[in-house]
Amino acid sequence: MDLGLSEEQAMLKELARDFLQKECPKRLVRQLDESDEGYSSELWHKMAELGWMGLVFPEKYGGSERNFLDLTILLEEMGYNIVPGPFFSAVVLGGLTILTAGSEEQKIEFLPKIASGEMILSLALTEPTASYDAASVKTKAIARNGEYVIKGTKLFVLNANVADYILCVARTKETKNPEDGITIFLVDAKSPGVKCTLLKTLARDKQCEVVFDNVTVSEKSIVGERDKGWPIVKDVLQKATVAKCAEMVGGAQAALDMAVNYAKERVQFGRPIGSFQAIQHYCANMATDVSGSRFITYKAAWKVSEGLPLALDIAIAKAWTSEAYGRVTLSAHQIFGAIGFTMDHDIHLYYRQAKAAEIIFGDADFQRAIIARELGL
Amino acid sequence: MDFKFTEDEEVFRREVRQWLEQEIPQRWIELAPGIWEETEESWALAREFQRKLSQKGWLAPSYPKEYGGLELSHMKRLILAEELAYSRAPLSIEVEVTVNWVAPSIMLFGTEKQKKDYVSSIAKGDIIFCLGYSEPNAGSDLASLQTRAVEVGDEYVINGQKTWCSYGHLADYCWLAARTDPDASKHEGISIFIVDMKTPGITIRPLINILDRHSFNEVFFDDVHIPKENLVGQKNKGWYQLMIALDFERSSIGYAAANQRIIEELIKYAKETTRNGEPLANDPLIRNELAQLAVENEVARMMAYRIAWMFSKGLHPSYESSMSMVFISEVMRHTANAGVRILGHYGELDRDSKWAVMNARIMRMCLSSLSIGVGGGSNEIQRNIIAMRGLGLPRK
Repeated sequence: MDLGLSEEQAMLKELARDFLQKECPKRLVRQLDESDEGYSSELWHKMAELGWMGLVFPEKYGGSERNFLDLTILLEEMGYNIVPGPFFSAVVLGGLTILTAGSEEQKIEFLPKIASGEMILSLALTEPTASYDAASVKTKAIARNGEYVIKGTKLFVLNANVADYILCVARTKETKNPEDGITIFLVDAKSPGVKCTLLKTLARDKQCEVVFDNVTVSEKSIVGERDKGWPIVKDVLQKATVAKCAEMVGGAQAALDMAVNYAKERVQFGRPIGSFQAIQHYCANMATDVSGSRFITYKAAWKVSEGLPLALDIAIAKAWTSEAYGRVTLSAHQIFGAIGFTMDHDIHLYYRQAKAAEIIFGDADFQRAIIARELGL
Repeated sequence: MDFKFTEDEEVFRREVRQWLEQEIPQRWIELAPGIWEETEESWALAREFQRKLSQKGWLAPSYPKEYGGLELSHMKRLILAEELAYSRAPLSIEVEVTVNWVAPSIMLFGTEKQKKDYVSSIAKGDIIFCLGYSEPNAGSDLASLQTRAVEVGDEYVINGQKTWCSYGHLADYCWLAARTDPDASKHEGISIFIVDMKTPGITIRPLINILDRHSFNEVFFDDVHIPKENLVGQKNKGWYQLMIALDFERSSIGYAAANQRIIEELIKYAKETTRNGEPLANDPLIRNELAQLAVENEVARMMAYRIAWMFSKGLHPSYESSMSMVFISEVMRHTANAGVRILGHYGELDRDSKWAVMNARIMRMCLSSLSIGVGGGSNEIQRNIIAMRGLGLPRK
C-alpha cells in the first residue's frame, strides 16, 4: 500500500499549481465567469501545449499515455485554482467517451484534435427531469434512410455553447428496460436544428439548454453500438464523478488555505482571530474534511486506474466529498465574515463551485441510494 | 499510489482470521463485553487470550525480536489490529496502553535494566499497566498535575491523587506522571515512574462508569516509597516523553474495524426485519442513514490507513492521528444513535432482556461511545492540535 504521489505525479502537481497561479489569476477567472464563452483561448492553448488535454490518451492519438490517477492529480490542481473553461467537458466527458467506446476512425479523427486543443466536445445527457438515470433519456433519434433524425431537449449541458461537437445521448428504441435502446451520437454543433441557449447559473459555469430540432446525423456518428449506449454513459459518468471529486478536493484545499491564512492575519481584540478556539476548531474540521475527501477520492481514482470494481467506492467518494466541500466553503465564509460577502473577494468563487459540484452527476442523496443498493439493502 | 495489500499481506490476513476463529473463547463470545464493560471473569479470559496471542508474537508484533516481538511491518500490524478488532477478540483497553505506549516509551527512554525487567514481560502478556495521568484538577490541562514525587535517599516518595485510572484495580503496575520540581514551570517539572500497584500506601477506590461497570478508579498515594531506579528517562523531562508517547501507534484502525462490524449487523437487521408489513431495508430514510454510516466509516478507515502508511514511510504523524481520532469518535457516536433510530424501541433494551436484539450492542454503544472523543485527549484538545500543529494557527 502506498498512499503517496509518485515522483511524476508530484512534478505534475507542482507544475500545474505554478502554471495556473501565473496564467490563471483570479482576475481572469472572474472575467471568464462573467463572459459568455467562459474560457480564454490563450490559456486553453497553453494548457494544450503542456499536454494536459491528451494526458490520458495513447501516444498514437497525440496523448502522453498517463493514467487516470495522473489526470485526477491535475484536476485537483485545476480545482485548487479554479480554471474556467471546457476542460472537463472536452477531456473527461468527451475524450474519455470516445477513447473507451469510439471506433478506430473516430479516435483518429477526434482524439488528436482534443489533445491539441483544436476541438471542444460536450456531453448532452440530462434533460428537463435533471436526473442521471436512463429512464430520463427521452430525446429520440429515429432511423430514416440510413440516417438518424434527433429530436428533443437537453438541459444542463456543460460548455455546449463553445463545443464543436456534442455527444448526444438519445433513445433509439422503446423497451421495458430503460437502459436498453439508448444510443450516443456525435453531433456537429453547427448542424441545422441545433439550438444552444446559455443558462444563468449559481457557479456561472456555462450550462446550456440544447434543443435538437430534427437534427440529421449519419450512422457513422454513432459512438459504440446502436441501442447499447447506456453502459458507455454509465462508465463515463463513473469516471467523471471521480474526476469531479478530485476537482472538489483541490477546491476545498484552496478554501481551507485561504481561510487559515486570513485567520492568521486578521486581528481583532488585539490578537489574530486564528488564535481563538472557535476559529481554530472550524479550521480543524475543515482540514479533516479535506483530508478525508482526498484519500477517499484517491482510492476511487486508483480503482478506475486499475480497472477494479468501483461502483461502491465512487458513490462513497462523491457522497462524502460533495458534502465536505460544501461544509468547508461554508466555514470559510464564516471565517471571512463580511468581507467574504462581497463580489470583490475570492472565496465566493469556491462556494459557488462547491454547489455546482455537489449537484452534478448526482448529489449525496443520489449517491447514497447507489451505496444502499451496493450494500445489498 | 496503490491501495492494495500485497499477496503476502493478504495471506497474513487470512492466517490471522483463521487463527482468531479458532481461538476466541466461546465464553467470551457469550459474555460479549464491549468497551469499558469488562468484568473479573472477562478480564481473566482476556488475560489468558493475550498470552496465547503473545505466543504467536501478535501481542506486541512491532517489538524487536530480543523482546519477544516479530518486528512486523507497519502494514501487517495494521492488518492484525483490523482483524483483532473486527473479530471482537478479547483485548482490553489496558493492553493498548501497556503494549503501545508504556513498553515503547521504556524502549525509547528507559534504562537497560528497565527494558529487561518489563518489555519482554509485556510482550508475553504477563504484566499490565494502568495509566496514572489524570487528576481531579488535571484533565485536559494535564500538565497542571500536582501529585508529588520527592527524592529521599535512594527512593522517591509519592503523595497525591490520580483519577480515571482504567483497570487500576486489576493492573500490576502504574505508569505514573508526577511532579518532581514544583518550582519549575508546569511543563518542566514532571517525571515518569513505574509503580508496583502492590506498594504500601496505595488506596484504590472504584468509579462506576456509565455502563454500570467498574472500569475506572481513583488511586490515592500516601507516602508511597518506590526505588529510585523506577524513574523512567530523565528527571523533570517527563512531559516531553509523555507527549512523544501520545503519538505512538494511534491509527484508530481498531475503532473503524469494530464499527464496520456494527454497521454490517445493522444492515443485516434492516434486511431481516419487517416493520408495518415492509422490510426495514425498503425504507428510504433507513437506506440513506445506513449508506451514510458506510461512507463515514470508509473515510475513517482511509484516515487510519494513512497513519499506518506514514509510519511505514518513516514519517511521524501527529495532527493526522488527532484527525483520525476525532473523526472516528464522531462516526461511532453517529452509528450508535442511528442504530437506535433503526432499532426503535428494541434499541433501548439491555442484554438481560429476552427481547434484546444484536446482543444489545447498540444500547451499550450509545453509552460507551461517549467515552471515545473524551478519553486520551478530548476532541476539543485534538482539534487544538490539528489547528496549531497541523495548520500553524497561533496560540495567542
